[in-house]
Amino acid sequence: MSKHHVSATINGEAVEYLCETQQTLLDVLRDELGLTGSKEGCGSGDCGACSVMLNGRLVCSCLVLGVEAAGAEVATIEGVAQGNSLHPLQQQFLEDAALQCGICTPGFIVAAKALLERNSNPTETEIRYWLAGNLCRCTGYDKIIRAVMGAATNMRQEARHG
Amino acid sequence: MEAIKYVRPNSVDDAVRSLASANEPVRVLAGGTDLLVQLRAGNVRPGLVVDIKGIAELKQIQVTAAGCRIGAAVAGAELSERADVVAQWPGVVEAFQLIGSTQIQGRASLGGNLCNASPAADSVPALIAAGARCTIAGPAGRREAAVEDIVISPGKTSLAQGEFIVDFLLPARPAHSGDAYLRFIPRTEMDIAVVGAGVSLTLDANGRCTAARLALGAVAPRPLLVPAGATALVGTPVDNAALEKLAAAASAACTPIDDKRGTIEFRTRVAGVLARRAAVIALQRAKGN
Repeated sequence: MSKHHVSATINGEAVEYLCETQQTLLDVLRDELGLTGSKEGCGSGDCGACSVMLNGRLVCSCLVLGVEAAGAEVATIEGVAQGNSLHPLQQQFLEDAALQCGICTPGFIVAAKALLERNSNPTETEIRYWLAGNLCRCTGYDKIIRAVMGAATNMRQEARHG
Repeated sequence: MEAIKYVRPNSVDDAVRSLASANEPVRVLAGGTDLLVQLRAGNVRPGLVVDIKGIAELKQIQVTAAGCRIGAAVAGAELSERADVVAQWPGVVEAFQLIGSTQIQGRASLGGNLCNASPAADSVPALIAAGARCTIAGPAGRREAAVEDIVISPGKTSLAQGEFIVDFLLPARPAHSGDAYLRFIPRTEMDIAVVGAGVSLTLDANGRCTAARLALGAVAPRPLLVPAGATALVGTPVDNAALEKLAAAASAACTPIDDKRGTIEFRTRVAGVLARRAAVIALQRAKGN
Protein backbone atom coordinates (compact mmCIF):
# COMPACT_ATOMS: atom_id res chain seq x y z
CA MET A 1 0.00 0.00 0.00
CA SER A 2 1.23 3.47 -0.79
CA LYS A 3 2.21 5.86 1.95
CA HIS A 4 -0.19 8.39 3.41
CA HIS A 5 0.12 11.88 2.01
CA VAL A 6 -0.34 14.21 4.98
CA SER A 7 -0.75 17.99 5.09
CA ALA A 8 -0.26 19.67 8.47
CA THR A 9 0.85 22.98 9.93
CA ILE A 10 4.09 22.72 11.85
CA ASN A 11 5.34 25.77 13.76
CA GLY A 12 3.03 27.93 11.68
CA GLU A 13 4.19 26.64 8.30
CA ALA A 14 2.20 24.45 5.93
CA VAL A 15 4.04 21.14 5.59
CA GLU A 16 3.40 18.03 3.51
CA TYR A 17 4.93 14.63 4.10
CA LEU A 18 4.57 10.97 3.28
CA CYS A 19 4.41 8.38 6.04
CA GLU A 20 3.42 4.82 6.77
CA THR A 21 0.70 4.07 9.31
CA GLN A 22 3.06 2.77 11.95
CA GLN A 23 5.35 5.81 11.80
CA THR A 24 4.79 8.03 14.80
CA LEU A 25 4.60 11.80 14.64
CA LEU A 26 8.02 11.75 16.33
CA ASP A 27 9.41 9.53 13.55
CA VAL A 28 7.97 11.93 10.97
CA LEU A 29 9.36 15.04 12.67
CA ARG A 30 12.83 13.60 13.06
CA ASP A 31 13.26 11.32 10.05
CA GLU A 32 11.07 12.85 7.35
CA LEU A 33 11.18 16.55 8.23
CA GLY A 34 14.60 16.89 9.85
CA LEU A 35 13.14 18.46 13.00
CA THR A 36 15.41 16.61 15.41
CA GLY A 37 14.81 18.87 18.43
CA SER A 38 12.13 16.52 19.75
CA LYS A 39 13.95 13.53 21.26
CA GLU A 40 13.11 9.88 21.60
CA GLY A 41 13.76 8.73 25.14
CA CYS A 42 11.49 5.80 25.86
CA GLY A 43 9.17 5.60 22.85
CA SER A 44 6.32 4.63 25.16
CA GLY A 45 5.00 7.91 26.53
CA ASP A 46 6.78 7.70 29.87
CA CYS A 47 9.62 10.22 29.55
CA GLY A 48 8.22 13.28 27.77
CA ALA A 49 11.39 13.99 25.73
CA CYS A 50 9.25 14.01 22.55
CA SER A 51 6.66 16.48 23.91
CA VAL A 52 4.99 18.65 21.28
CA MET A 53 1.76 20.62 21.06
CA LEU A 54 -0.94 19.01 18.89
CA ASN A 55 -3.91 21.32 18.26
CA GLY A 56 -3.05 23.19 21.44
CA ARG A 57 -2.67 20.08 23.64
CA LEU A 58 0.57 18.88 25.14
CA VAL A 59 1.19 15.31 23.92
CA CYS A 60 3.99 12.79 23.52
CA SER A 61 4.69 12.71 19.78
CA CYS A 62 5.81 9.08 20.14
CA LEU A 63 2.19 8.21 21.02
CA VAL A 64 0.69 9.95 17.98
CA LEU A 65 0.70 8.42 14.51
CA GLY A 66 2.13 10.68 11.83
CA VAL A 67 -1.03 10.19 9.80
CA GLU A 68 -3.14 11.43 12.73
CA ALA A 69 -1.57 14.89 12.33
CA ALA A 70 -3.39 15.39 9.02
CA GLY A 71 -4.93 18.86 9.13
CA ALA A 72 -3.51 19.49 12.60
CA GLU A 73 -1.48 22.32 14.08
CA VAL A 74 1.76 20.99 15.53
CA ALA A 75 4.20 23.09 17.57
CA THR A 76 7.66 21.74 18.35
CA ILE A 77 10.74 22.98 20.20
CA GLU A 78 12.02 24.41 16.90
CA GLY A 79 9.25 27.01 16.99
CA VAL A 80 9.86 28.20 20.55
CA ALA A 81 12.64 30.73 19.88
CA GLN A 82 11.74 33.71 17.71
CA GLY A 83 14.57 33.92 15.23
CA ASN A 84 17.73 34.54 17.24
CA SER A 85 15.76 35.57 20.28
CA LEU A 86 15.41 32.81 22.86
CA HIS A 87 12.15 32.23 24.72
CA PRO A 88 12.38 33.33 28.39
CA LEU A 89 12.24 29.65 29.40
CA GLN A 90 15.20 28.81 27.17
CA GLN A 91 17.09 31.82 28.51
CA GLN A 92 16.39 30.84 32.12
CA PHE A 93 17.37 27.19 31.55
CA LEU A 94 20.74 28.49 30.32
CA GLU A 95 21.20 30.95 33.17
CA ASP A 96 20.23 28.44 35.84
CA ALA A 97 22.18 25.59 34.19
CA ALA A 98 18.96 23.60 34.30
CA LEU A 99 20.36 20.85 32.10
CA GLN A 100 23.27 18.48 31.92
CA CYS A 101 23.11 16.15 28.92
CA GLY A 102 20.23 18.10 27.40
CA ILE A 103 18.17 15.22 25.98
CA CYS A 104 15.18 15.98 28.20
CA THR A 105 15.42 19.76 27.73
CA PRO A 106 13.29 20.25 24.60
CA GLY A 107 10.46 18.26 26.19
CA PHE A 108 10.71 20.23 29.43
CA ILE A 109 10.68 23.55 27.56
CA VAL A 110 7.66 22.61 25.42
CA ALA A 111 5.78 21.26 28.45
CA ALA A 112 6.67 24.22 30.69
CA LYS A 113 5.66 26.68 27.96
CA ALA A 114 2.26 24.97 27.74
CA LEU A 115 1.86 25.36 31.51
CA LEU A 116 2.84 29.05 31.57
CA GLU A 117 0.42 29.81 28.74
CA ARG A 118 -2.41 28.42 30.92
CA ASN A 119 -1.15 29.67 34.24
CA SER A 120 1.32 32.56 34.34
CA ASN A 121 1.97 32.16 38.06
CA PRO A 122 2.05 28.47 38.97
CA THR A 123 3.12 27.26 42.39
CA GLU A 124 6.12 24.99 42.71
CA THR A 125 3.74 22.09 43.38
CA GLU A 126 1.72 22.86 40.25
CA ILE A 127 4.91 22.93 38.19
CA ARG A 128 6.11 19.64 39.64
CA TYR A 129 2.81 17.88 38.92
CA TRP A 130 2.50 19.37 35.42
CA LEU A 131 6.03 18.20 34.59
CA ALA A 132 5.67 14.76 36.20
CA GLY A 133 5.64 13.22 32.74
CA ASN A 134 9.03 14.71 31.84
CA LEU A 135 11.93 12.65 33.10
CA CYS A 136 15.49 13.88 33.60
CA ARG A 137 18.04 11.13 34.27
CA CYS A 138 20.85 13.55 35.14
CA THR A 139 18.82 14.28 38.32
CA GLY A 140 18.44 17.95 37.53
CA TYR A 141 14.83 18.40 38.61
CA ASP A 142 15.41 21.08 41.20
CA LYS A 143 17.23 23.40 38.80
CA ILE A 144 14.59 22.75 36.16
CA ILE A 145 11.78 23.71 38.53
CA ARG A 146 13.70 26.85 39.64
CA ALA A 147 14.25 27.80 35.99
CA VAL A 148 10.53 27.47 35.19
CA MET A 149 9.66 29.56 38.23
CA GLY A 150 12.27 32.15 37.25
CA ALA A 151 11.05 32.29 33.67
CA ALA A 152 7.47 32.69 34.89
CA THR A 153 8.53 35.65 37.04
CA ASN A 154 10.40 37.22 34.12
CA MET A 155 7.47 36.73 31.77
CA ARG A 156 5.03 38.30 34.24
CA GLN A 157 7.31 41.30 34.69
CA GLU A 158 7.74 41.66 30.95
CA ALA A 159 3.97 41.50 30.49
CA ARG A 160 3.51 44.28 33.08
CA HIS A 161 6.13 46.55 31.57
CA GLY A 162 5.06 45.77 28.00
CA MET B 1 5.62 -7.04 6.92
CA GLU B 2 2.33 -6.03 5.29
CA ALA B 3 1.63 -2.32 5.46
CA ILE B 4 -0.93 -1.35 8.09
CA LYS B 5 -3.96 0.39 6.64
CA TYR B 6 -5.44 3.43 8.41
CA VAL B 7 -8.89 4.93 8.11
CA ARG B 8 -10.50 7.85 9.91
CA PRO B 9 -14.28 7.58 9.46
CA ASN B 10 -16.53 10.58 10.12
CA SER B 11 -19.56 8.65 11.35
CA VAL B 12 -20.36 5.71 13.59
CA ASP B 13 -21.91 3.89 10.62
CA ASP B 14 -18.78 4.31 8.52
CA ALA B 15 -16.65 3.06 11.41
CA VAL B 16 -18.90 0.01 11.81
CA ARG B 17 -18.59 -0.68 8.07
CA SER B 18 -14.79 -0.34 8.17
CA LEU B 19 -14.55 -2.70 11.12
CA ALA B 20 -16.94 -5.22 9.54
CA SER B 21 -15.33 -5.21 6.10
CA ALA B 22 -11.77 -5.83 7.28
CA ASN B 23 -10.27 -9.18 6.36
CA GLU B 24 -7.32 -8.61 8.64
CA PRO B 25 -6.97 -8.07 12.40
CA VAL B 26 -8.30 -4.62 13.32
CA ARG B 27 -7.59 -2.22 16.17
CA VAL B 28 -9.67 0.78 17.12
CA LEU B 29 -7.57 3.89 17.78
CA ALA B 30 -8.80 6.54 20.22
CA GLY B 31 -6.09 8.30 22.27
CA GLY B 32 -3.49 5.72 21.29
CA THR B 33 -1.70 5.80 24.64
CA ASP B 34 -2.02 2.04 25.00
CA LEU B 35 -2.31 1.01 21.34
CA LEU B 36 0.86 2.75 20.13
CA VAL B 37 2.87 1.18 22.93
CA GLN B 38 1.49 -2.26 21.99
CA LEU B 39 2.19 -1.64 18.29
CA ARG B 40 5.77 -0.66 19.00
CA ALA B 41 6.33 -3.63 21.28
CA GLY B 42 4.93 -5.93 18.60
CA ASN B 43 2.21 -7.16 20.95
CA VAL B 44 -0.46 -6.38 18.36
CA ARG B 45 -0.11 -6.62 14.57
CA PRO B 46 -3.26 -5.16 13.05
CA GLY B 47 -3.78 -4.99 9.32
CA LEU B 48 -6.12 -2.04 9.79
CA VAL B 49 -6.31 0.78 12.33
CA VAL B 50 -9.66 2.57 12.60
CA ASP B 51 -9.19 6.03 14.13
CA ILE B 52 -12.50 6.98 15.74
CA LYS B 53 -11.56 10.56 16.69
CA GLY B 54 -13.00 11.94 13.45
CA ILE B 55 -16.52 11.02 14.63
CA ALA B 56 -18.06 14.12 16.25
CA GLU B 57 -20.31 12.04 18.54
CA LEU B 58 -17.28 10.38 20.11
CA LYS B 59 -15.68 13.71 21.03
CA GLN B 60 -18.77 15.34 22.58
CA ILE B 61 -19.64 16.05 26.22
CA GLN B 62 -23.33 16.77 26.85
CA VAL B 63 -25.00 17.48 30.17
CA THR B 64 -28.79 17.00 29.99
CA ALA B 65 -31.65 16.06 32.30
CA ALA B 66 -30.82 12.39 31.65
CA GLY B 67 -27.29 12.85 32.88
CA CYS B 68 -23.85 13.42 31.53
CA ARG B 69 -22.98 11.85 28.19
CA ILE B 70 -19.27 11.61 27.43
CA GLY B 71 -17.94 10.52 24.03
CA ALA B 72 -15.69 7.47 24.21
CA ALA B 73 -12.77 9.34 22.61
CA VAL B 74 -12.92 12.46 24.82
CA ALA B 75 -9.46 13.05 26.33
CA GLY B 76 -8.84 13.48 30.05
CA ALA B 77 -7.76 17.11 29.63
CA GLU B 78 -10.96 17.86 27.70
CA LEU B 79 -13.18 16.41 30.43
CA SER B 80 -11.25 18.15 33.22
CA GLU B 81 -12.00 21.52 31.61
CA ARG B 82 -15.76 20.98 31.89
CA ALA B 83 -16.69 22.62 35.20
CA ASP B 84 -20.27 21.27 34.98
CA VAL B 85 -19.06 17.67 34.80
CA VAL B 86 -16.45 18.20 37.51
CA ALA B 87 -19.16 19.63 39.79
CA GLN B 88 -21.51 16.68 39.29
CA TRP B 89 -19.04 13.81 39.04
CA PRO B 90 -15.81 14.82 40.81
CA GLY B 91 -15.00 11.18 41.51
CA VAL B 92 -15.15 10.17 37.84
CA VAL B 93 -13.07 13.17 36.77
CA GLU B 94 -10.44 12.68 39.49
CA ALA B 95 -10.10 9.01 38.56
CA PHE B 96 -9.64 9.90 34.87
CA GLN B 97 -7.07 12.57 35.83
CA LEU B 98 -4.97 10.01 37.69
CA ILE B 99 -4.14 8.27 34.40
CA GLY B 100 -0.61 9.19 33.37
CA SER B 101 1.04 12.55 32.86
CA THR B 102 -0.14 15.86 31.45
CA GLN B 103 0.93 14.55 28.03
CA ILE B 104 -1.11 11.35 28.45
CA GLN B 105 -4.11 13.40 29.63
CA GLY B 106 -4.00 15.25 26.31
CA ARG B 107 -4.83 12.00 24.50
CA ALA B 108 -6.06 9.17 26.76
CA SER B 109 -9.80 8.42 26.56
CA LEU B 110 -12.41 6.78 28.79
CA GLY B 111 -13.28 4.33 26.00
CA GLY B 112 -9.65 3.34 25.64
CA ASN B 113 -9.09 2.98 29.37
CA LEU B 114 -12.09 0.63 29.54
CA CYS B 115 -11.32 -1.39 26.40
CA ASN B 116 -7.64 -1.82 27.24
CA ALA B 117 -9.21 -4.03 29.90
CA SER B 118 -6.61 -3.63 32.61
CA PRO B 119 -7.84 -4.72 36.06
CA ALA B 120 -6.03 -1.63 37.40
CA ALA B 121 -7.57 0.97 35.03
CA ASP B 122 -8.28 4.01 37.22
CA SER B 123 -11.35 5.39 35.47
CA VAL B 124 -13.24 2.10 35.44
CA PRO B 125 -14.10 1.66 39.15
CA ALA B 126 -15.20 5.30 39.24
CA LEU B 127 -17.46 4.77 36.21
CA ILE B 128 -18.89 1.58 37.71
CA ALA B 129 -19.55 3.35 41.03
CA ALA B 130 -21.27 6.13 39.06
CA GLY B 131 -23.62 3.55 37.54
CA ALA B 132 -22.30 4.47 34.10
CA ARG B 133 -23.71 2.76 31.04
CA CYS B 134 -22.08 2.68 27.66
CA THR B 135 -23.46 2.73 24.15
CA ILE B 136 -21.85 0.12 21.92
CA ALA B 137 -22.03 0.22 18.12
CA GLY B 138 -21.45 -2.81 15.94
CA PRO B 139 -22.65 -4.76 12.93
CA ALA B 140 -25.94 -5.60 14.71
CA GLY B 141 -26.66 -1.93 15.48
CA ARG B 142 -26.43 -0.19 18.81
CA ARG B 143 -26.79 -1.68 22.25
CA GLU B 144 -26.30 -0.50 25.82
CA ALA B 145 -24.36 -2.18 28.58
CA ALA B 146 -23.34 -1.44 32.14
CA VAL B 147 -19.65 -0.59 32.42
CA GLU B 148 -19.10 -3.43 34.92
CA ASP B 149 -20.09 -5.91 32.20
CA ILE B 150 -17.40 -4.86 29.70
CA VAL B 151 -14.10 -6.13 31.11
CA ILE B 152 -14.06 -9.90 31.60
CA SER B 153 -10.38 -10.62 32.30
CA PRO B 154 -7.01 -8.88 31.80
CA GLY B 155 -6.94 -7.65 28.19
CA LYS B 156 -10.34 -9.16 27.32
CA THR B 157 -13.70 -7.45 26.92
CA SER B 158 -17.23 -8.62 26.24
CA LEU B 159 -17.36 -6.58 23.03
CA ALA B 160 -18.10 -8.72 19.99
CA GLN B 161 -16.11 -8.64 16.75
CA GLY B 162 -16.54 -5.27 15.08
CA GLU B 163 -18.03 -3.52 18.12
CA PHE B 164 -16.70 -0.36 19.73
CA ILE B 165 -17.84 2.06 22.44
CA VAL B 166 -19.57 5.25 21.29
CA ASP B 167 -20.18 7.02 24.59
CA PHE B 168 -20.81 6.76 28.32
CA LEU B 169 -23.88 7.98 30.19
CA LEU B 170 -23.50 8.97 33.84
CA PRO B 171 -27.18 8.92 34.85
CA ALA B 172 -28.43 12.04 36.63
CA ARG B 173 -28.74 11.62 40.41
CA PRO B 174 -30.95 13.29 43.00
CA ALA B 175 -29.68 16.16 45.16
CA HIS B 176 -27.38 15.21 48.03
CA SER B 177 -25.30 12.83 45.91
CA GLY B 178 -21.52 12.55 45.79
CA ASP B 179 -18.80 10.34 44.43
CA ALA B 180 -15.08 9.82 44.98
CA TYR B 181 -12.23 7.65 43.76
CA LEU B 182 -8.99 6.85 45.57
CA ARG B 183 -6.09 4.68 44.58
CA PHE B 184 -3.00 3.46 46.39
CA ILE B 185 0.36 3.80 44.68
CA PRO B 186 3.76 3.90 46.41
CA ARG B 187 4.41 7.46 45.12
CA THR B 188 2.28 10.50 44.38
CA GLU B 189 2.05 10.48 40.58
CA MET B 190 2.68 8.45 37.43
CA ASP B 191 2.04 4.91 38.63
CA ILE B 192 -0.39 2.02 38.24
CA ALA B 193 -2.96 1.40 40.95
CA VAL B 194 -2.08 -1.24 43.53
CA VAL B 195 -5.69 -0.86 44.72
CA GLY B 196 -8.41 1.53 43.52
CA ALA B 197 -11.80 2.22 45.11
CA GLY B 198 -14.73 4.24 43.80
CA VAL B 199 -17.84 5.12 45.80
CA SER B 200 -20.99 6.95 44.77
CA LEU B 201 -23.82 7.59 47.22
CA THR B 202 -27.04 9.55 47.67
CA LEU B 203 -28.53 10.86 50.94
CA ASP B 204 -32.12 11.82 51.74
CA ALA B 205 -33.04 15.12 53.40
CA ASN B 206 -32.28 13.58 56.81
CA GLY B 207 -28.81 12.47 55.81
CA ARG B 208 -29.72 8.80 55.47
CA CYS B 209 -28.15 6.92 52.58
CA THR B 210 -30.73 5.92 49.97
CA ALA B 211 -28.43 4.57 47.28
CA ALA B 212 -24.77 3.59 47.07
CA ARG B 213 -22.35 1.82 44.78
CA LEU B 214 -18.85 0.56 45.54
CA ALA B 215 -16.39 -0.56 42.88
CA LEU B 216 -12.82 -1.79 43.23
CA GLY B 217 -9.86 -1.96 40.87
CA ALA B 218 -6.63 -4.00 40.85
CA VAL B 219 -7.87 -6.56 43.38
CA ALA B 220 -9.36 -9.10 40.95
CA PRO B 221 -8.94 -10.12 37.30
CA ARG B 222 -11.31 -7.29 36.39
CA PRO B 223 -12.73 -4.14 37.99
CA LEU B 224 -15.46 -5.21 40.39
CA LEU B 225 -18.85 -3.91 41.41
CA VAL B 226 -19.30 -4.87 45.09
CA PRO B 227 -23.04 -5.08 45.85
CA ALA B 228 -22.32 -5.83 49.53
CA GLY B 229 -20.78 -2.37 49.72
CA ALA B 230 -24.12 -0.80 48.86
CA THR B 231 -25.89 -3.01 51.38
CA ALA B 232 -23.50 -1.79 54.08
CA LEU B 233 -24.40 1.87 53.50
CA VAL B 234 -28.03 2.04 52.37
CA GLY B 235 -30.41 2.92 55.21
CA THR B 236 -27.63 4.21 57.44
CA PRO B 237 -26.36 7.74 58.13
CA VAL B 238 -22.98 6.48 56.80
CA ASP B 239 -21.66 6.40 60.36
CA ASN B 240 -18.67 4.49 61.70
CA ALA B 241 -20.56 1.23 61.98
CA ALA B 242 -21.68 1.43 58.36
CA LEU B 243 -18.19 2.39 57.18
CA GLU B 244 -16.75 -0.61 59.05
CA LYS B 245 -19.19 -2.87 57.22
CA LEU B 246 -18.30 -1.20 53.91
CA ALA B 247 -14.59 -1.79 54.52
CA ALA B 248 -15.23 -5.42 55.43
CA ALA B 249 -17.36 -5.90 52.29
CA ALA B 250 -14.59 -4.40 50.15
CA SER B 251 -11.91 -6.62 51.62
CA ALA B 252 -14.15 -9.69 51.33
CA ALA B 253 -14.64 -9.06 47.60
CA CYS B 254 -10.92 -9.09 46.82
CA THR B 255 -9.22 -11.93 44.96
CA PRO B 256 -5.97 -10.12 44.12
CA ILE B 257 -2.68 -11.27 42.69
CA ASP B 258 0.52 -11.28 44.71
CA ASP B 259 3.18 -9.27 42.91
CA LYS B 260 6.01 -6.81 43.39
CA ARG B 261 3.56 -3.94 43.72
CA GLY B 262 1.48 -5.44 46.50
CA THR B 263 0.87 -8.70 48.32
CA ILE B 264 -2.54 -10.36 48.53
CA GLU B 265 -2.77 -9.47 52.21
CA PHE B 266 -1.81 -5.83 51.57
CA ARG B 267 -4.20 -5.31 48.67
CA THR B 268 -7.06 -6.95 50.56
CA ARG B 269 -6.58 -4.75 53.59
CA VAL B 270 -5.99 -1.55 51.61
CA ALA B 271 -9.16 -2.14 49.56
CA GLY B 272 -11.16 -1.81 52.77
CA VAL B 273 -9.24 1.27 53.89
CA LEU B 274 -9.65 3.03 50.53
CA ALA B 275 -13.34 2.10 50.22
CA ARG B 276 -13.93 3.67 53.60
CA ARG B 277 -11.94 6.82 52.84
CA ALA B 278 -13.60 7.22 49.43
CA ALA B 279 -17.01 6.86 51.08
CA VAL B 280 -16.15 9.59 53.58
CA ILE B 281 -15.20 11.95 50.73
CA ALA B 282 -18.32 11.02 48.75
CA LEU B 283 -20.38 11.66 51.91
CA GLN B 284 -18.90 15.13 52.37
CA ARG B 285 -19.60 15.93 48.73
CA ALA B 286 -23.17 14.62 49.01
CA LYS B 287 -23.78 16.84 52.05
CA GLY B 288 -22.42 19.81 50.14
CA ASN B 289 -24.87 19.65 47.25
